[in-house]
Amino acid sequence: MADLTVEMAGIRSPNPFWLASAPPTNTGFQVERAFEAGWGGAVWKTLTDRPVRNVSSRFGSLHLADKRMVGFNNIELISDRPFEDNLAEIRQVKRRFPDRAVVASLMIEPDKKQWQEAVRKVEDAGVDGIELNFGCPHGMVERGMGAAVGQHPDLIERQTSWVKSAATVPVIAKLTPNVTDIRASARAAVAGGADAISLINTINSIIGVDLKACVPRPTVAGLGTHGGYCGPAVKPIALYMVAECAKDDTVGVPISGIGGIATWQDAVEFLLLGAWAVQVCTAVMQHGFRIIEDLVDGLNRFLDDNGIGGVRDIVGKALPNYVPFGSLDLDHRVVAAIDADRCIGCYKCYIACLDAAHQAIAPGDAEARVPSVLVDECVGCNLCEAVCPVACIEMVPMAELAGAHPLTSVSAHP
Amino acid sequence: MMGAEAVQGPWSSTISDVEAMAEAARCLFCEDPPCVRACPTGIDIPLFIRKIASGNRVGAAKTIFDANPLGSSCARVCPTDELCEGACVWGKSSRPVEIGRLQQYATDAVLERGVALYDPPSQPIPYRFAIIGAGPAGLAAARELALAGAQVTVYEREQSPGGLNTYGIPPFRLSEGVAVAEAEMILSLGVRFERGVDVGMHVRPEQLVDSCDGVLLACGLGAGKRLGIEGEELDGVMDAITFLRMAKEGRARAGREVVVIGAGNTAMDAATTARRLGAERVTIVYRRSEKEMTAYRFEYAFAKSEGVQFRWKLMPVRFVGEGAVQEVRCRQTELDPSGAWRLAEREERLSADQVIVAIGQARRWDLLDAFQVPHRDGAVTVDEQGRTRRPKVYAAGDCVWSGKGAEATVVVAVEQGKRAALAMLKDARSRRVEHGLATEGSAWPT
Repeated sequence: MADLTVEMAGIRSPNPFWLASAPPTNTGFQVERAFEAGWGGAVWKTLTDRPVRNVSSRFGSLHLADKRMVGFNNIELISDRPFEDNLAEIRQVKRRFPDRAVVASLMIEPDKKQWQEAVRKVEDAGVDGIELNFGCPHGMVERGMGAAVGQHPDLIERQTSWVKSAATVPVIAKLTPNVTDIRASARAAVAGGADAISLINTINSIIGVDLKACVPRPTVAGLGTHGGYCGPAVKPIALYMVAECAKDDTVGVPISGIGGIATWQDAVEFLLLGAWAVQVCTAVMQHGFRIIEDLVDGLNRFLDDNGIGGVRDIVGKALPNYVPFGSLDLDHRVVAAIDADRCIGCYKCYIACLDAAHQAIAPGDAEARVPSVLVDECVGCNLCEAVCPVACIEMVPMAELAGAHPLTSVSAHP
Repeated sequence: MMGAEAVQGPWSSTISDVEAMAEAARCLFCEDPPCVRACPTGIDIPLFIRKIASGNRVGAAKTIFDANPLGSSCARVCPTDELCEGACVWGKSSRPVEIGRLQQYATDAVLERGVALYDPPSQPIPYRFAIIGAGPAGLAAARELALAGAQVTVYEREQSPGGLNTYGIPPFRLSEGVAVAEAEMILSLGVRFERGVDVGMHVRPEQLVDSCDGVLLACGLGAGKRLGIEGEELDGVMDAITFLRMAKEGRARAGREVVVIGAGNTAMDAATTARRLGAERVTIVYRRSEKEMTAYRFEYAFAKSEGVQFRWKLMPVRFVGEGAVQEVRCRQTELDPSGAWRLAEREERLSADQVIVAIGQARRWDLLDAFQVPHRDGAVTVDEQGRTRRPKVYAAGDCVWSGKGAEATVVVAVEQGKRAALAMLKDARSRRVEHGLATEGSAWPT
């Protein structure tokens, strides 16, 4: 059993899986259910001293064929429940689950006194840390909060320092991806004294348009607005931003990785690119809290299978291999190799290469329908591998071509 | 399920929206798709499935009907294991996409809602065609000719269109309602439908040939063949075509112990229909062995799953009973050293209160001779496009089936009807041009 415990900027949790500040952490009831299921921590749905009103409906979903919620967006705001109710529930949860990380997410009007007052209240309730919501791209922005702060490094720095001067627990600044260079936001948070950063918050988006009503979704009384985009489809953007911050020496604080994490593999990817722990939301909104069992089990087996002692041993392990484009070897070449035994003859690779790549796959015999790669034409772009529905195409370095793979699968130019 | 309601097929699609979307998502949209190659009518299957997946169900139906005017019937009765689904690339590492059920899902949307997929042709063309028989081949040809703008008359001996789809296929596989609705969709394109008209009796063949630019024989086959053995006139003995027709019309009754003679697809249909009508025991009796049986494997499997029993190497020689049949007397058969089947000595008696003879159908010699078209043993001699040896006379469907080569399926009949229609249009045009008569616009097949 690998050591799954995490200590990030002084906040400890029994595993690296926290619930992100979002609908699943709206109440003590939900957070207790999550902790019963095995979640390592929870960032409470963002609190504010003056609760907001939310709209109906609130969520929009991107479905692909029969895959639901590949992407997800919301126009829900922060907590619409009384501050005091939340504080009482935090106190109770912390009493029942002292080993779990309970972090209060805060979003307060741009006023030092109000921020510091809120910090004192949540600390009094027993939180292990405070996360500053500088991210939400909708609703609160118009009131000078959320991404309105996160898009201005000077505001990030100022408000972070307000909190830091009052807080005794670690402070995490949560960053919005709706900026041109995430490192500027991260550096500002650190300059303001943040003990850690978390990213990414949601991406500004219109999830779709209702074709009948002619209104962007989700629709509220015949009108729609832009909202925050999340779910599996945003993971690549989140990975990039996490890696950028993790690689930047002037940032230099622990990172809580967020964005499209649905499986333990996703989590490992974030850890390898420099996250110390991760936060999950959309996958729970789709499947419920019990996905934690596979997240923990899968991560544990991965570590054990690879002889790795603990989570902290893989943090940032892939960063040395993440380099600027200019550092890539232009002389390196891979080519596609098709495993004829597993090929089912759909010709997806053939047509993709013909119409959209380099005309480097020949259809082969019309009856057998096993395409073959024209090695001289193949640039190793990976498109065929991507479209193959049975994963029978492998990209093989030219140097290994003759040895490791049967030459029958890669034919010469006819 | 037993009794009358068990033999009535579902009108509505048996696949839900959710299931259809999930199944449609499995289609890989292959390049040069093997399923299309395997379809006798060449339906663009990946395209119609993609349309289902995008929520364009009517568009999917249009793609199907464009290639196959009887796409809804075919969705239900095609031997898909042998055709499209048998060719699906997923079959190699998973299970094939359920193309037949998706096709049913798409086409039902149009039939149920009565969506008009085709506008009446805006430009009529000055040709008149006659089609004899409103079965799959005749209807397919009528659709193509009508869409081209020609004047088409279909002559049908029966009251309803559809041919075997309406009168011969067991109702639990294809309901009369679906068959007729689909036929009416075609007839509504301006086709004149002469029901209850027997060409040869009510209309003179020569008159049709003279007055039309082309005549299509799509008359199918005749009555069920008889064994010609003693006792065949007893009550309770009937041919499978008659039995299935009565089942389709809701007036068939099954005996307690039924013997079905023959082991082709029609025998399987009759046997399973008898079971569903409540027969306690249905036994298929075949004079050769399991190996020589002509039924599709899936038909055989279905019959077994319905509880039909099989007796191989038995030849009925006499039906016995007082007024009504009570017993089938059979002789065992065996292979002689030269490899031919011959009667063996041993006799067997099977008790039966109903006997259904399913040993094939007679040919329409009468009609073929009346049209003076050359044929071989009742199968009209035609070229690839359905041209008989006689100018202006064409043939398609079961009446050209020689018992060899392509199976006598609905889908093959449809394709033959389509091809014959194209040949009829092309030939009619050539004749007009030869005679220096008016030429027409560009809507012509070349």
